[in-house]
Amino acid sequence: MTTLQPPIFPRMPRGRRDQRRYTERPRSDGLLGRAVVQSFVKLDPRLTARNPVMFVVWCGTLVTLAATLEPRLFELSPEAPGRGFNALLSLILLATLLFANFAEALAEGRGKAQADALRRTQASTQARRLLPDGSEALVDSSALRRGDQVRVSQGEMIPADGEVVDGVAAVDESAITGESAPVLKEAGSDGASSVTGGTRVVSDKLLIRITADPGKGFIDRMIALVEGAERSKTPNEIALTVLLAVLTQVFLIAVATLPPVAAYINSPTPVVVLVALLVALIPTTIGGLLSAIGIAGMDRVAQFNVIATSGRAVEACGDITTLVLDKTGTITLGNRLAEEFLPVGGHSERELATTAHAASWFDTTPEGKSIVRLAEKLDAVTALPMDTATGLEFSARTRLSGTDLADGNELRKGAVEAIKGFVRSRGGTVPADLDAAYERVSRLGGTPLAVCWNAEIFGVIHLKDIIKPGMRERFDQLRRMGIRSVMLTGDNAITAGVIAREAGVDDFIAEATPEDKIAVIQAEQRLGRLVAMTGDGTNDAPALAQANVGVAMNSGTQAAKEAANMVDLDSDPTKLIDIVTIGKQLLITRGALTTFSIANDVAKYFAILPALFGKAGLAPLNLMGLASPQSAILSAMVFNALIIPALVPLALKGVAFRPSTADQLLRRNLLVYGLGGLVVPFIGIKLIDLAVSALRLV
Amino acid sequence: MTDWFQVVVFVALVWATAPVLGLHLFQVFDAQPQPRLDRWLIPVENGVLRFIGERGRPAEQTWDYLRPLLFSNLFFGLVALAFLLAQPPWLNPQGLPPMRWDTALHTAISFLTNTDQQHYTPEQSLSDLSQLGALQFLFFTSAATGLAVGFAFIRGLCGRPLGNFNTDLIRAITRVLIPLSFVFALVLLVNGAPMTLAGPVMLRTLEGADQILVRGPVAGYEAIKQIGENGGGFFGANSAHPFENPNPFTNLLAMVAMFAIPAATIDAFGRFLGNRRQATLLLLLVTVLFLALAAVAIKAEQGGNPLLTAWLSGPNLEGKEVRFGAGITALFATITTGSMTGAVNGAMDSLLPLGGLVPLFNLFLQVIFGGQGTGVAYLLVFLILTVFLTGLMVGRTPELFGRKVEKGEIVWSSLILLIHPLFVLVPAAITLADAPTLSGISNPGSHGISQVVYEYASASANNGSGFEGLGDGTLWWNLSTILSLLGGRYLPIAALLLLAAGFARKPKVPPGPGTLATDTGLFTVVTGVVILILGALTFFPVLALGPIAEAFSLTGAP
Repeated sequence: MTTLQPPIFPRMPRGRRDQRRYTERPRSDGLLGRAVVQSFVKLDPRLTARNPVMFVVWCGTLVTLAATLEPRLFELSPEAPGRGFNALLSLILLATLLFANFAEALAEGRGKAQADALRRTQASTQARRLLPDGSEALVDSSALRRGDQVRVSQGEMIPADGEVVDGVAAVDESAITGESAPVLKEAGSDGASSVTGGTRVVSDKLLIRITADPGKGFIDRMIALVEGAERSKTPNEIALTVLLAVLTQVFLIAVATLPPVAAYINSPTPVVVLVALLVALIPTTIGGLLSAIGIAGMDRVAQFNVIATSGRAVEACGDITTLVLDKTGTITLGNRLAEEFLPVGGHSERELATTAHAASWFDTTPEGKSIVRLAEKLDAVTALPMDTATGLEFSARTRLSGTDLADGNELRKGAVEAIKGFVRSRGGTVPADLDAAYERVSRLGGTPLAVCWNAEIFGVIHLKDIIKPGMRERFDQLRRMGIRSVMLTGDNAITAGVIAREAGVDDFIAEATPEDKIAVIQAEQRLGRLVAMTGDGTNDAPALAQANVGVAMNSGTQAAKEAANMVDLDSDPTKLIDIVTIGKQLLITRGALTTFSIANDVAKYFAILPALFGKAGLAPLNLMGLASPQSAILSAMVFNALIIPALVPLALKGVAFRPSTADQLLRRNLLVYGLGGLVVPFIGIKLIDLAVSALRLV
Repeated sequence: MTDWFQVVVFVALVWATAPVLGLHLFQVFDAQPQPRLDRWLIPVENGVLRFIGERGRPAEQTWDYLRPLLFSNLFFGLVALAFLLAQPPWLNPQGLPPMRWDTALHTAISFLTNTDQQHYTPEQSLSDLSQLGALQFLFFTSAATGLAVGFAFIRGLCGRPLGNFNTDLIRAITRVLIPLSFVFALVLLVNGAPMTLAGPVMLRTLEGADQILVRGPVAGYEAIKQIGENGGGFFGANSAHPFENPNPFTNLLAMVAMFAIPAATIDAFGRFLGNRRQATLLLLLVTVLFLALAAVAIKAEQGGNPLLTAWLSGPNLEGKEVRFGAGITALFATITTGSMTGAVNGAMDSLLPLGGLVPLFNLFLQVIFGGQGTGVAYLLVFLILTVFLTGLMVGRTPELFGRKVEKGEIVWSSLILLIHPLFVLVPAAITLADAPTLSGISNPGSHGISQVVYEYASASANNGSGFEGLGDGTLWWNLSTILSLLGGRYLPIAALLLLAAGFARKPKVPPGPGTLATDTGLFTVVTGVVILILGALTFFPVLALGPIAEAFSLTGAP
């Protein structure tokens, strides 16, 4: 069987985009239960110490626990809070820690469930390794090294990542993509030759050259990533951690220096209350949720069936200012369809259609098939002896394909320039009205294909490009977010311009070669822009590596997947736009909760300070009218603890994000999280205080 | 009513001078040719530069800028210390003896750091030679050092190399400080400030008593004291002394002089950035904050002490300069602490609790116009922190002026945030912990807390005013405030330069619709809120225990 084009086309997404969101992956039950257990495991000081804010809470809890056991440990004054108050405070602090741990564990748990599902596919398998003498040896898959060759037959698991050296087979990749339809793998062709360990051959057999050592394969990387085992903090996260750590130190100084100052005016400062004040002031809300936000961001990307190699890559998505997109498959539907025949040089439409029918006889590409269909619809079926003819495959170099008849006649169809050259080389002339037809098609945004019989041009086929529905709105959204889109296409400038206008992209590069991609990316980067692109072919690999965010299609080659920092398991190039949104959402969530957390401090001050220094004359600062000093302190601490689980859904789901300008986003988020952060705790603390005093807890 | 009118006139004058002086500062520090000045000054400046072996190459590393700064400052400090410790008989009409070592050390460092805390009474301790050779000399160098740092920081934020410290230092003196103080000194002279080396006069008062009236080269000293935001008085009474501040007109000019350079530096920053709107908004922000604080202080002092109003109507005149009135003294106090001058024309100690809260608040924030050069730098640090906190909320790595704000910027910015509480609260707590032996506080209760905290805040903010009422001429006070003086000056300077140098090296990101614009009204308001929250939250407990508790005690709240 001869195939003219790679037999595997990027699987087109099923259903509408928004329906495909959050593809459910295998989830183990008991997620919550395990998260609860993990919350306690994470109380281990070695783990807590990684988070300076929560470590302070941890130390504070020890202090209050000690004061619960022996209330006289730190102070001798009879007015020091009693055991009951200390116990309540210890419980609240412990709850604060557990809530923060729970948030992290919950976020991690979702990844772990995914990792477990993947790991099941990794169960050690037997592989048939090809020995130099041509015989086979049965070895364990973990013994395979790069460069080994293995044979895999129907029903067997592919033992490790590799390239197909020989054979054609259908492979079930559902373990990693969730897609149940098997895909065809064969040697040589871009994309279709790379296989992933853990997938299963369902028909025929393959000879595979292993490209990854054990533990370094694609699934291993996926497991490590979704599990968050090797999660390193992203640059923004590091900067934020630094700021939170310094704020913690600032408040530590502010609180630690209070006792002598207060003692000067004979106002006692019980240690447990100072601990409460400190914990209230340090940004525990964001400190407790920070890692959960990061993990959840990665997880959200994973739910879109995209594997990011690092959190850094997801974050970088938010910063993208330029998207470089291939026209075909991304902006337009992959398959262009023949729309009409435009005869030139005095030929009739029927003559042209018949010739095109013959020239496309061996063409199995969708384009070719659509030409045949259109011709048959016009009842223009060729009468030439096709059983003795041979097909000429399309190549990127000649840019034409066709049929050679047994009697030496050559029928060709292809790019107009290529056909012109072909005709001239055969001594023919180019009809005067060819350029007009060519332009007419181009102006309609179609791709013109010229058709000739030997040295005579018959006319032009209008291949219509169909822009994917909703692209225009998406590019409008991107523009509002400040992201420029550049379309790359092999089409001529007129066609490209028409499609660019129709789709609403900002810029286009016509007649582009794969090498142009890297040039475009470098040019944008020189202007200080951050560029994202998608690609699948081996010749895309340098550009994927050069781009700040490179998304490789899972259907693509191993080289492309290694160069990219994300792999899209659905092989859907438009998903890049969703990933950008996730990156932005991740950053917004982090910023919003930080702002909220810091703004909360104002209300907490007004709850705790008057309670602490009521005797020093600060009682009028009790703006909320809290019932008693002890109830004020407990209420503030309960609010401080409860706000963490209350915000967990937000941290995991991300702040609602509508594509809009920076100014609009700032305005909206400031209103919700800044002003909200100032006001909400006043209300919350007051309500808790009412409850605390109604229950007579203190 | 006239008080409020003077507030309006004052703000109008500051806003009127800012663009004029700002253009001049821009030309000086952008090294743009100024035909008239250049002809006269370039030979002088080059002579000095050649003398110290400086070739004027811009700094490549932070250390290239910081090293000459530290060494020159060490040298200036040693020179001044030598004057104070020796106090030779020349130009010493009163035959004053050398200063005690710890007071001399404190004084030298205090003036070196543009602070000018004075733990001594000048007219009874210092000869004219010391006033001129040690203190007035440091007035120029410390202000120039601050300006140099400020503009190096501005250059860095605008993506340029830091520049050359020695050139900046000399140009700040020759082109900014000397010309301005020369003009201001002439005005003071005309209004009656003395300028003589003839020594004190003996005179007989109307009551028939003999009085020694100390005179000296006051007009020249006073001019740079105000313009360079120094603030250390020639006389113990500082700007309340008629020789330093002869009349309400010079008082108004003295107030404008304190804000002139910091306001103009903000304007010059806009010119460096090529975005004057940004600078105008920042200027507007600090002006609004200033007006709010001034209103609190003036209102408090005009209202008088609530415990006395039953018997005594009218403003709180205790410790006020009656030539100017309670309102203007409160205004002066707000300006002198907002700018890091520290000159006073009344007693801070006698301000009512809310009147005293305002100067303390100013010292905590350090940006309501702020110190010479450093004021705008701190303001921009707050801008960086605001961009980082809120910038994430637009879904991008925060950017400021076309460059990304990342770990490096946050490390240095938050370090600057940490330094101030460290050098204010820690020594204040230690002092208060052992109050009877260490502090010499004259007041029990909340007012005593304000006194101690104020002293360290003034030292660490390099302001120099004192709440007074503190027996601060002791070994403990001299040595403990030295730590705050040095820590509050050189650590932030190093952090600022490191921040700026790192920032300038970052690649530039072109702005787009997804970029958070910092030159908008909304963002400016947010910056104000962040300044208040980050700057004040730290100090809220001591503010509450000090002036706020005291205020409640006056109003008789439960």
